[in-house]
Amino acid sequence: MNRFTYARAADTFDAVRQGSDAGVKYLGGGTNLVDLMRETIEKPASLVDVTGLSREIEELPGGGLLIGAGVRNTALAEHRLVRQRYSLLTRAVVSGASAQIRNMATVGGNVLQRTRCAYFYDDAGSRCNKRSPGSGCDAIDGFNRNHAILGASTSCVAVHPSDMCVALAALDAMVHLRGDGGERRIALADLHCLPGDRPDIETMLEPGELITGIELPPASAISRSTYRKVRDRSSYAFALVSVAAVLEVEEGHVRNVRIALGGVAHKPWRAMRAEAVLRGGPAASLAFATAADAELAEARPLSGNAFKIKLARRTMVAVLEELAGEIA
Amino acid sequence: MTMIVNGEAAEIPRDPRVSLLDFLRDDLNLSGTKKGCDQGACGACTVLVDGERVLSCLSLAVQMEGRSVTTIEGLGTPGHLHPLQQAFIEHDGFQCGYCTPGQICSAIGMAAEIARGVPSHVTTNLGDDAIRLSHDELRERMSGNLCRCGAYNGIVAAIAETFAEAPLAEAAE
Amino acid sequence: MSIVSDAKQAIQGAVQGAMAKAVALAPDNWIPGGEPDPLIRERYGHVGKPLSRIDGPLKVSGQARFAAEFPMDGMVYAALVFSTIAKGRIATIDTALAEASPGVVAVMDHRNAPRLAPPPVFMSAPKAAGGDNLPIMQGNDVRWNGEPVAVVLGETQEQANHAASLIRVIYEEAPALTSFAEARGQGTRPAVFMGQSLHDERGDAEAALAKAEVQVDATYLTPRHNHNAIELHGVTAAWQGDVLRIHDASQLVAHTAWSIGQMFGMAEDKVVVTSPFVGGGFGGKCLWQHQVLAAMAAKVTDRPVRLVLSREGVYRVVGGRSPTEQRVALGADREGRLKALIHTGVTIKTATNAMPEPFILPTRSAYASDTLKLDVQVVELDMLANTFMRAPGESVGTFALESAIDELAEALDIDPIELRIRNEPEKDPSTGLPFSSRHIVEAWRDGAQRFGWARRDPRPGLRREGEWLIGMGCATGTYPYYRMPGGAARITLTRDGRAIVDIAAHEMGMGTATAQTQVTAERLGLPLDKVSFNYGDSTLPGVVLAGGSQQTASIGAAVGAAHRDLVKALLKLAGNESPVAGLGPGDVVSREEGLCKADEPSRHETYTSILARAGRETISVEAEGPPPLETMHWSMHSHAAMFCEVRVNAVTGEPRVSRFLGSFDCGRILNPKTAMSQFRGGIIMGLGLALMEETQFDERKGRVMNPSLAEYHVPVHMDVPEIDAIWTDIPDPHAPMGARGIGEIGITGTAAAVANAIYNATCKRVRDLPITLDKLL
Repeated sequence: MNRFTYARAADTFDAVRQGSDAGVKYLGGGTNLVDLMRETIEKPASLVDVTGLSREIEELPGGGLLIGAGVRNTALAEHRLVRQRYSLLTRAVVSGASAQIRNMATVGGNVLQRTRCAYFYDDAGSRCNKRSPGSGCDAIDGFNRNHAILGASTSCVAVHPSDMCVALAALDAMVHLRGDGGERRIALADLHCLPGDRPDIETMLEPGELITGIELPPASAISRSTYRKVRDRSSYAFALVSVAAVLEVEEGHVRNVRIALGGVAHKPWRAMRAEAVLRGGPAASLAFATAADAELAEARPLSGNAFKIKLARRTMVAVLEELAGEIA
Repeated sequence: MTMIVNGEAAEIPRDPRVSLLDFLRDDLNLSGTKKGCDQGACGACTVLVDGERVLSCLSLAVQMEGRSVTTIEGLGTPGHLHPLQQAFIEHDGFQCGYCTPGQICSAIGMAAEIARGVPSHVTTNLGDDAIRLSHDELRERMSGNLCRCGAYNGIVAAIAETFAEAPLAEAAE
Repeated sequence: MSIVSDAKQAIQGAVQGAMAKAVALAPDNWIPGGEPDPLIRERYGHVGKPLSRIDGPLKVSGQARFAAEFPMDGMVYAALVFSTIAKGRIATIDTALAEASPGVVAVMDHRNAPRLAPPPVFMSAPKAAGGDNLPIMQGNDVRWNGEPVAVVLGETQEQANHAASLIRVIYEEAPALTSFAEARGQGTRPAVFMGQSLHDERGDAEAALAKAEVQVDATYLTPRHNHNAIELHGVTAAWQGDVLRIHDASQLVAHTAWSIGQMFGMAEDKVVVTSPFVGGGFGGKCLWQHQVLAAMAAKVTDRPVRLVLSREGVYRVVGGRSPTEQRVALGADREGRLKALIHTGVTIKTATNAMPEPFILPTRSAYASDTLKLDVQVVELDMLANTFMRAPGESVGTFALESAIDELAEALDIDPIELRIRNEPEKDPSTGLPFSSRHIVEAWRDGAQRFGWARRDPRPGLRREGEWLIGMGCATGTYPYYRMPGGAARITLTRDGRAIVDIAAHEMGMGTATAQTQVTAERLGLPLDKVSFNYGDSTLPGVVLAGGSQQTASIGAAVGAAHRDLVKALLKLAGNESPVAGLGPGDVVSREEGLCKADEPSRHETYTSILARAGRETISVEAEGPPPLETMHWSMHSHAAMFCEVRVNAVTGEPRVSRFLGSFDCGRILNPKTAMSQFRGGIIMGLGLALMEETQFDERKGRVMNPSLAEYHVPVHMDVPEIDAIWTDIPDPHAPMGARGIGEIGITGTAAAVANAIYNATCKRVRDLPITLDKLL
């Protein structure tokens, strides 16, 4: 770990003021950043500790929720309104990491966690365009079982590891940001980038911009939702594939549907094609399969992860069948 | 700048790189908290901060200002063991003993989470306020603590005996 | 190993072979264990009681001190830099930035490292402990990807770590052989293991296979594995005058002291290695570069050095289990009687170690077959030396063998347990030796009943609950009884009636001190609280490896020998006034804190009384156990019948074990509480072997790519159901205490039981480990 200075932010303004300097990183729970610093992948000149900020979950007029970026993952998962109205978010959060890590990790930090690609982590011995732009990618022809099948590039095939973000993408969550230029909001589904030829650029955040909160729109009373994670180990493992889905069915037809996939792309993958196929059509297995196929038509497997296409398809169909079954 | 460790004030180190784990082990000579990976992947370094279980390897000591840290040494001593420590002995919930302090601290943190109604991945009904304890609930909630010797059955038995009011059910898949 | 040393081993093997023949033919009572250990008769004493671990209070309260937890005045912290190429040389190494970094005391690399001899590689001498025989930091050549090339010593760990990241090394790469396929293309060589060829042929097995009515013939693959003890390899080293003091995490303190002495040109008693607690070993806590680098660095800095490998460092510096590619071919008649048993294959080692993964070992004595062909070939790669990991050979060998037996049972439509029983041998099929004690059939029958095997539907793929396909499978586990030469112990009796046992043995979770306290108390007729058991210190008597599941036997034989000598010495000391006066060692037994005439217990005198009359404060004897000839006179093995129930998700392929039973035949169980944990622990590591464990070795660069507990999956709590274990508890009449080892057998057979259960659940036969969900979709 390089030497750095440490300061606690007094409030959001103070944080953003300090964060505008070059080399500053905001420190949340540290569960990813401290690890990456120890691995010499992150080398910030200073850390601004924002864990004391934005620690509330507020109910918004109209029924939405505003979750402070400093809310711990456990606090988010156990919150009564989250459990009642956005159960898939609780399900996603508690399927991630371990209880200890969830007690530490913040919502803002979870959004910004970085890939688990082994070649990204191997600072000393492997090439990685994300870590060192232009150096090459050792994952494309290496161990890539955990890697992307959608939206990858010839520069990078890494996946985003978050469970929480997959649920947030399916919930149409909005991310609240504050920077030098004031506040702005961006859809969670648009926050993360595809790798393209600049996989080092992972989000749409401007330098120094701070995530202050996540806004959830009001939940529909008739929708059903869930999160399903598929992994090698029964617990404490990253997703090979995960599916978050929100489904509203009226008289056997899909009135509204939102699906997001985890473990398949450089970002939480909103399955817009599948949604388009389903919307207005019958809530039936055949339609679910057609929708999954439509979404995965563009999937491009690597040497070690072709199974993910089948797995994603099956999991998507099973999740939609489960939700449709609950409604019926 | 100080934190409280097992009830006593401790001066926070100047170097902000020092993890809570290294601070406990090297500066305070509290080597009961174990280093198993330094990567947040094994749980051996679990301690309680303000009553919550966290990984001391991924916590910077400097972040602990004003907070209260409890380590295995603060729970009981060989002559005055915490009931859970005693139960670990009775149920042989360890072999080499290296992951054990982390397992014990983790279980104590877990008991508080269950009492508070924090759901887990295997909690069936998120609407329930009370958690229905089962072996699966304990196993899932303790999964952040690896034991390579494989003392898992004994650990779960020790925790169940200490914290469960009734015998545990095997939850259905 | 070079051809020359292979030849040396082969000659050793031939000598051993000739001797083995003589020992095999000798009368039983010439052989250690020919007279059963008198302790076997004692059925109501301390042995066999579920005593809780005597070191439990220390361990659960964080007071047990492990190797990296001994603070020393003036201690510096070490951080390593690892090579990033598999072969070549260091062209330049720039340490200036590191040396200038705050808190750095010194940087050591090949240019300023003390000169020393290469490590004596394990098995090259009785106390050799090296994982390989490569010189350590003596030159600019690089021999594997991940080899330490520099050590930074800092006032704090943080300072050392950071400075290590500032070192810039430029390498000149040389062509390296890091691909299994490429190496095979260049040809394989016959494997030699512990001086013996891993090749065995009886009859023409290929011809018998071709003629057999029913055949199965398949290839099974197992990947690389790492031990992943949760305790990182840590060492604290200090030079105190002319003594090198090492706090180590070690399975072999005496070997380590001798080997490091050889390297530094010192007498072994000038190297003091202590290791009171080891945070898990499994074969991985032996002598690797880190202990030596710490000692070298302590010399360079003239200060005590603490070196704790990072988790990545463990993967880079400490070897693991090599991959195997195994063929098992079985030919049988319609009744299931084996006509041909072929188990051959290839594994990987390096040119500098002597450890081909001996996967055919379990097959040698498993089944009666008309013909037999066993063979292990090796290729040598440029990589970190591989090594022993829990049940080397048997763990992965039983996966192939016992999967194939299941395939044969399927082909024959015979119950797989019945098939195994039908092929039960009368005597050891490879050596012709009689079995010392083999009750595998009882283990099968007891286990089948307890597990509810009768409820299994032999037709695969039929049982389903919701999304979950359910299946049951079984397999045989086996592990040999070993006892290595050199076990010695000292027993000291004190005037206040206490006994102290001193032996350079090890505790890494097996419950050594607990079980041996029970054994010693029983042997000496003392209450438990009057026995102390000292271990984990190279200055104590004995060369006792905590490996090969042999430590209990080694200690048992040594303490037994010391006890016999103690009785003689006590009788001499007792004199004419004593109630036991005039009796010979064969007439007396130890009972009720003293000696008495065996058939006349009222003729009794306490140890205290004998010592008091003689005016002695203590009496102390030291003795070595007899040479382990029993293993050449009988075929001695532990056995297990493993039963598994799995659930495989029909949508996602996720395999989860829902029930497991191990039914063991391991001789007498000394402590059922700690034994249960040993059995379960072995089985759980077997579940990891079956379902998730794999060290990812990137053959392009010869580099391990998942050196972390996040990416190398070991089972977590949620993966492990309640594991049941039962045992026959039939003493082996020829083993000390009647006990055979139990540390490794749990991992054997387990992976096959899981794979066979998965077949029963899904109709999918997976022959390459680990059985991850992608193979079941």
